[in-house]
Amino acid sequence: MSNIPSELKYVASHEWIRVEGDGTVTIGVTDHAQDLLGDVVFVELPEVGADVATGDESGVVESVKAASDIYAPLSGEVIAINEELEDSPELVNSDPYGDGWFFKLKLSDNDELNELLSAEGYTDLCESEA
Amino acid sequence: MGSKTALYEKHQEMGAKLVDFGGWDMPIHYGSQVDEHHHVRNTAGMFDVSHMTVVDVTGTDAKEYLRYLLANDVVKLQEKGKALYSGMLNEDGGVIDDLIVYLMTEPGVAGEWFRVVVNCATREKDLRWMSDQTASFDDVALTEQPDLAMVAIQGPKAISLAKQSVNESREKLIDQLSVFQGLESEGWFIARTGYTGEDGLEIMLPEDEVADFWQALADEGVKPCGLGARDTLRLEAGMNLYGADMDETVSPLAANMGWTIAWEPQERIFLGREALQAQKESGVTERLVGLVMETRGVLRSHQKVIVEGVGEGEITSGTFSPTLGCSVAMARVPAGTKDQADVEIRGKRVPVRVVRPSFVRNGKKVFD
Repeated sequence: MSNIPSELKYVASHEWIRVEGDGTVTIGVTDHAQDLLGDVVFVELPEVGADVATGDESGVVESVKAASDIYAPLSGEVIAINEELEDSPELVNSDPYGDGWFFKLKLSDNDELNELLSAEGYTDLCESEA
Repeated sequence: MGSKTALYEKHQEMGAKLVDFGGWDMPIHYGSQVDEHHHVRNTAGMFDVSHMTVVDVTGTDAKEYLRYLLANDVVKLQEKGKALYSGMLNEDGGVIDDLIVYLMTEPGVAGEWFRVVVNCATREKDLRWMSDQTASFDDVALTEQPDLAMVAIQGPKAISLAKQSVNESREKLIDQLSVFQGLESEGWFIARTGYTGEDGLEIMLPEDEVADFWQALADEGVKPCGLGARDTLRLEAGMNLYGADMDETVSPLAANMGWTIAWEPQERIFLGREALQAQKESGVTERLVGLVMETRGVLRSHQKVIVEGVGEGEITSGTFSPTLGCSVAMARVPAGTKDQADVEIRGKRVPVRVVRPSFVRNGKKVFD
């Protein structure tokens, strides 16, 4: 069974969200997602300063197996991207919740946080897809 | 649940992720496909290929039958154990399958026979086709060998590590094998062949002995590798994958298999010959080439290839090349394609270089 940390929030498109408490969030893909993708070889991230809305395509993960879109799980401004992924995309596989993070958003609508799944809700979702 | 090879429990024990492959539960990787790929290029890896179909061809007409069945000519096998790669074509010149055939005896002796290894996904239609074609021969028998397991050990250290995992007589046999030759030793058939572009062995052995052999190899440091790495390795080596790079609708002349067609002697009649001859005379309109993309991104099968002023083609196999650190592909393109093309990736046109379809051999980049 994949690792689903209880302190994080999730969306059905297999991204995790860490709510930082200062109006910003950090976003990445879950352990379950990286396992499905296989070895990640490229990550394309949005540009710092870009405004994204919930559900927007905001990047691409290319693994040996397939290309997958990354969707913005929340609306806001991109305030940081993980530049390490350019040279070390394998961090997405080895440390999906840590060094393999994708980007940070400054939220434009805090209410959207209520729409996210808890670890429990995401676990149920993964099991129902299995 | 699919069929299981005799190594199924070993795969589980060694942490394999198993997937369905042609009705078999096979390892796709044991953790990281890219690590496994590098291990084969740098040291040695092993693959369970027991799902492949082994058919022995015997009888006094065995040779004449194969000379009719295959586009390549088994008469080229002039030493015991020598192997030949060939297409098996239909009357229209389409590729029913690609295969390896070994001469199992000294050439030309009484009782001369051959061993053919075909793909697993095409097993049933291959066996049916092969059996149908025996009708025009008096004495030829086909015997499938489903109880043989098969392990491929590949990489620059594959042979030396394999030698440490077998008994003395097999060790001696391995020492005397030339490239593309296989010989028998106490019930094992040991061949210096493979599908990775590295030196190595493919060993067919009784199912009940394979788990111990696999463990012995692992103990010597040979890394178990899945079908994922097998695919990236063969693609880097420019080796075709049946069903992706060619099939029954594709001529070998448009699949970089022209070198496997033995046109001489002209009086040899083989299945598909007439159709190929006609294609050659009217001109082959497509060819299989290699593509290299030096920018970020990954080429994938079925992406459209656009050759400015010439026409369009399609990627037949594409992947990220772990050895080169960029994406490579095989593509079927118009015959007039030169050294540049564009590939349509997610709505964008990305320039690629067109090269001969071979990217890595013995660990080294082979195109300019």
